[in-house]
Amino acid sequence: MTNSVLEGTMRSRPVYGVLEPRPGKAHLIVADGEGAGAVVDLVARAGETAPAMLARTHIIYMPGPNGTDAFESLKALGAAQAFRTHDYSTAQPRLKKVLGDAHMGLQIYTTGTEGLMGQVLRDVMEAGLPAQAVQTEHRGSTVRRVQCVHCKGITENVRTDPFQCSHCGLHLFVRDHYSRRLAAYQGVNIDAEDPGEVPPAVERFK
Amino acid sequence: MSVGAPKIPVVVAEVVELNPLIKRFRFVRTDGKPMPTFSGGAHIVVEMDDNGTRRMNPYSLMSDPTDTSGFEISVRRDDAGRGGSLYMHNHVRPGMAMQVSHPVNLFGLDLRAKKHLLIAGGIGITPFIAQMTQLEHLGHRFELHYSVRSPELGAYADDLKSRYGDRVHIYYDNQKHMIPLAELLEGQPLGTHLYVCGPKGMIAWVLGSAEAAGWHPSTLHSEEFLAPPVGHAFEVELAASRKTITVGPAQSLLEAMEAAGVDAPYLCRGGACGQCETDVHRCDGSIEHNDHWLTPEQKASNTKIMPCVSRFHGATLVIDR
Ligand code: FES
Repeated sequence: MTNSVLEGTMRSRPVYGVLEPRPGKAHLIVADGEGAGAVVDLVARAGETAPAMLARTHIIYMPGPNGTDAFESLKALGAAQAFRTHDYSTAQPRLKKVLGDAHMGLQIYTTGTEGLMGQVLRDVMEAGLPAQAVQTEHRGSTVRRVQCVHCKGITENVRTDPFQCSHCGLHLFVRDHYSRRLAAYQGVNIDAEDPGEVPPAVERFK
Repeated sequence: MSVGAPKIPVVVAEVVELNPLIKRFRFVRTDGKPMPTFSGGAHIVVEMDDNGTRRMNPYSLMSDPTDTSGFEISVRRDDAGRGGSLYMHNHVRPGMAMQVSHPVNLFGLDLRAKKHLLIAGGIGITPFIAQMTQLEHLGHRFELHYSVRSPELGAYADDLKSRYGDRVHIYYDNQKHMIPLAELLEGQPLGTHLYVCGPKGMIAWVLGSAEAAGWHPSTLHSEEFLAPPVGHAFEVELAASRKTITVGPAQSLLEAMEAAGVDAPYLCRGGACGQCETDVHRCDGSIEHNDHWLTPEQKASNTKIMPCVSRFHGATLVIDR
């Protein structure tokens, strides 16, 4: 087995931008970890229109996989609503409710880790909006969310390559192949042909 | 659908005059095969032999997309146009043999949407008739807002109203009814997609208002068929085919190439799809860019032309065809 796939160009990887304030009837921001910094920058970019924007802004925030918790900096912005949750699974019901009640004209922003943004995009697309309608900005950790192609289990916050699947225990290498539907990269068994021949894990994602 | 793509041989099965301006035509196949199914918003190109001039006009399909027994279109008479619609109105009779293209859809529904907001002006209603049939089959949520000059010209208003009830809203210009666009844009659930088809001014108004209200362009869809504008005759050199042709005043560059036997690609023949884009080798003069495809920079640089709608005046134009 060669490892050329690891270096392959990554056409499936999403492209992230820089959050820009856009006119809209309401604003929804979902961020984790260092993404708080991007939210502060976004509000700064709104300049004079910031108070009007914040009066119609709903922020959902959770700490990053590396433990960064900058919620205080967001609370200080004075948005109409700002909530901190433990992780995405606890944020998700709130996000789905907000999306379900919202009207067209809502601007959606997400920033922080790729794992978070991918899950927000997936849930927004499920609500009928195209992914392009959501603004994204990558900040902080580059750890990946990876799905094992063998047992389909998802391992969060993968740092090394290869790594061990948290569900079935197989040693997987992380392919640069991203699925929008799953919001996850693909992990493929690395010692299928020569069981036990597992190369040493290298820290690729921080 | 470039030259060489198979055409469908048809016979005109029915011509219905809906009002002084609009006629509906039904085509059935002469080779006994079923018509291809299509998706709502698709159009066909109808070929006409107008006294030796070959005309090929695109028309939206309005029949049931799953009906393989025939295709239906509606044609609004344009007395100031180049003659395609007049030919359809004055010469096409039941029993006549014609040719049409396979359906092409440049105005399809995004079926991932939670709701479809359809806005039609005048004859722009036709693609929506097929789309609503499709949405009804699928059980998707939609709402139509149809603005038309007067009840006499509102060809399909009553019919649609009785079929879809309060999901259909009609506005008559002569009774000063206006589409309440600002309110409509305010109240749509997240995941709604908007579709607009009608006159140029209406499309610009609807799209501009929606973007200002925070709708992302990826949720906005529009279709306007530009009839190729008439103008002065001009000469064009076709580099690849080593021919120099003259484009007549009521002919498009695309039609002139076809008449000269040159294979040129197209889909919409209305400046929207991009299929006919052609490189310009030399432009000594100026191109009248009439399309909705090229960017303003491309138009200004005169390095590309869309032969289905654009014209030229000046000394020399050499294109890569
Ligand atoms: S044929 Fe579609 S733009 Fe010319």
